[in-house]
Amino acid sequence: MRPPARSGRLLVALAVVLTLLIVVAPLVYIFARAFSAGWQVYAANIMDPAMLHAIWLTCIVAVIVVPLNIAFGIAAAWAVAKHRFPGRGLLVTMIEIPFSISPIIAGICYLLLYGRQGLLGPWLREVDLQVMFALPGIVLVTMFVTAPFVAREVLPLMQAQGTEQEEAAVTLGASGWQVFRRVTLPNIRFALLYGAVLCTARAVGEFGGVSVVSGNIRGQTNTLPLHVELLFNDLNAVGAFAAASTLTLIAVVALVIKAALETRHG
Amino acid sequence: MSITIAGMTKRFDRTEVLRGIDLSVEAGELLALLGPSGSGKTTLLKIIAGLEWPDAGQLRVEGQDWLQLAARDRRIGFVFQNYALFPHMRVRDNIAFGLSVRPRADRPAKAQIAATVDELMAFLQIDHLADRYPAQLSGGQRQRVALGRALAIQPRVLLLDEPFGALDAAIRRDLRRWLRSVHEATGSTTIFVTHDQEEAFELADRVVVMGDGRIAQIGDADQIHDHPATPFVARFMGATVELPVTLAAGRAQGSGLDLTALPRRALPDGPAQVFVRPADLRAVPDAGGPWHITSRVSTGADLRLTARHDSGTEAEIQMPRRDAPALAQGAPVTLRVEAGAIFPSPRIDTTAPSILPRHKEIAR
Repeated sequence: MRPPARSGRLLVALAVVLTLLIVVAPLVYIFARAFSAGWQVYAANIMDPAMLHAIWLTCIVAVIVVPLNIAFGIAAAWAVAKHRFPGRGLLVTMIEIPFSISPIIAGICYLLLYGRQGLLGPWLREVDLQVMFALPGIVLVTMFVTAPFVAREVLPLMQAQGTEQEEAAVTLGASGWQVFRRVTLPNIRFALLYGAVLCTARAVGEFGGVSVVSGNIRGQTNTLPLHVELLFNDLNAVGAFAAASTLTLIAVVALVIKAALETRHG
Repeated sequence: MSITIAGMTKRFDRTEVLRGIDLSVEAGELLALLGPSGSGKTTLLKIIAGLEWPDAGQLRVEGQDWLQLAARDRRIGFVFQNYALFPHMRVRDNIAFGLSVRPRADRPAKAQIAATVDELMAFLQIDHLADRYPAQLSGGQRQRVALGRALAIQPRVLLLDEPFGALDAAIRRDLRRWLRSVHEATGSTTIFVTHDQEEAFELADRVVVMGDGRIAQIGDADQIHDHPATPFVARFMGATVELPVTLAAGRAQGSGLDLTALPRRALPDGPAQVFVRPADLRAVPDAGGPWHITSRVSTGADLRLTARHDSGTEAEIQMPRRDAPALAQGAPVTLRVEAGAIFPSPRIDTTAPSILPRHKEIAR
């Protein structure tokens, strides 16, 4: 039943006010504060070597994590959707674990496993491989946190499509790679892009897990979210907001891409 | 291409889907696999295609062992029930797919592929749809595109799974005639699966009736209609009324039944069953008859009656209303059997086609 006009308008107003207070105002404020001391100060903060390194490191992490995640997501979804094997249900649950576990716990687990005093610590020292407080640790934790993103987007689509198109392609003489490249992949391309965009946004913004394993070494293992906190604690408000605005910009771009994909796809 | 299947069995988990299939298909033949769902007909088709593998048995095509060949090397054309067209490709790219995935060495040039596809689309009367996507096509058009995609690779064998299953009645009839003409023009060995008798008999040279993972009977429409090989086939062909009779000196006799229209046949004396279509039964008013009319429904042209014997047996009767005598509910009658199939009562089980009596006899 259609609600009475007045209560309808009231609900809309409520939604608008809440969105303004909770989402829009803080976002606008970030940019307002970042530019509050003028363009020059903002630019100087962005050009600070520690800031540039943080941006660089964050991008490196995303560039490593997202492709790996796409490969993992497709492989996992393919295995679950197109094949029957014992432990299939368990695999689906395992893929979703990172959704339900707090990232900081993931960070601590990795610390206990790969850290100097950890289970694999002695062996890692022997082969001279530093995982914790270095890039590999940050990548590992980010991988863990973002693991479900691509798989969860692609899997329902693959399940809904079944295997008939692939079977048709095989009877027409296509090789395994041709079936994947020309039939399976085009069918999931929008879900895949969508998953990749979400995964990128999450990988760039991850804070809790990374803060445990990175060690916050300025100019070495400080990612952008960690750098925001660092600058904030340094009482460098403009710097903190400049960093935050950069992060926000990445998130907004990701959101716009996602929205564009949805209009095209839907 | 001639196909020979021998001793083929297949089980999924605990279910036996095929219980020993022996079948020969001649080159250029149009063959129907007819049966109710769960009879194993689609599984057999998928094994020929290489999309399923049997547990035991042989599959030879022109003498070549096809169980040693992967699906992609068999060069078969498979048309899926729901067509399985590639939704992101235009009609022409769907049809060209089989040619464009060939290894570089035997792949025709782009212009050659385009020419072949154009020719095929003209032949299938879908050239005006070339640049559409599958989502923009009707069911009948999709069916034609699916067939075009399968024919493009010049298949050695053409396999169709319920080719008209998803279409409405008028389009079905059109496409049936059209498929027959396509078959005659291409001359390829064609096997299709259906659960629709009319479709099977109208389209196919020979019909293979399958039930419960076995071949119950092979023949043309008249043979299967008039001389069902097993009680299963009789029932599947619509002889749903089962009447208990006694055989003596080749003649069947039953309480309240007029079986004189059935000829004598060489069957051993003893209990038997006659399978009759409701339309081959007539109710004859008879004051002393052991059958009584229990329901009477008119469909305008026909009268549908249910008669009940004193022993509890029920029979459905369908007769033209203008021929029907005035029969009220509860009226006593005898039943006249115009045509039917007689099978001696089995010692074990009537439903399994395996233990069918080899010396079956039928009459009209």
